[in-house]
Amino acid sequence: MRRDIFQAIADPTRRAIITLIALQAMTPNAIADNFNTTRQSVSKHLRILTECELVKQKQEGREIYYSLEIEKMKEIDKWLIQFRKIWEARFNQLDKVLSTLKKQKK
Amino acid sequence: MKKNLLFDFTVDKATKTVLINREFDADLSLVWDAFTKQEILDQWVAPKPWVSKTKFMDFKVGGRRFYAMVSPEGQERWLIQKFTSISPKTNFKMSNAFADKDENPELPGSDWDYNFSEQNGTTRVSITIYNESLARLEKMIEMGFQGGFTMGLQQLDELLLTLKKK
Repeated sequence: MRRDIFQAIADPTRRAIITLIALQAMTPNAIADNFNTTRQSVSKHLRILTECELVKQKQEGREIYYSLEIEKMKEIDKWLIQFRKIWEARFNQLDKVLSTLKKQKK
Repeated sequence: MKKNLLFDFTVDKATKTVLINREFDADLSLVWDAFTKQEILDQWVAPKPWVSKTKFMDFKVGGRRFYAMVSPEGQERWLIQKFTSISPKTNFKMSNAFADKDENPELPGSDWDYNFSEQNGTTRVSITIYNESLARLEKMIEMGFQGGFTMGLQQLDELLLTLKKK
């Protein structure tokens, strides 16, 4: 199942996890130490973030390290910029329509 | 002389809210009409070369607008809007969703709140979109792409910086 990235970052704990692992790759236990919550709960958040491809895992010995997919985060911004461009173009079209309507009224 | 018209676009990713402010060089009643009358809406809401075709629009509380964005190849993307609140020339609210050709909405949709005000012949429109989803954004953007919106990389970088500050 493909998840909505907005949904992934809508949760405050997940945003905090993103901030933590943006600095360095961390194990689930090390991440959980930063929160007043269970290891299971952190694992659940990590699973959601992984499904959104916002984090990647790396096995080192017996430990799994989680780190942030910076490119994926940038991708969100790119989508938003394109959305903005659509609005910009749409409003420019409206400027022309308004100008035509004003002339017709006169 | 072209007036310098305000255009703000901000996204609160955490709450999935989009805020858009734009000024128009026209009086309030004209701008209100441009947002609430199908014959004017159809002239500007579609990203070119797509065109907007409204099948019906019943602009009253509980009324709906059913329309399609039509590509130059004739591909149709249907959307349905339902008006939930109207204060003439001040505010209106609606829910918005993609739909199939038989008026069945793809729920959940997003909720839109439009505010209008005029100062010295310039009209400001403030739009707040709640519960926007990336999936819907992707659909819109896909259409925008087919409409041929492109931009230089430098411009992209500048915009990225602006967005990051927010």
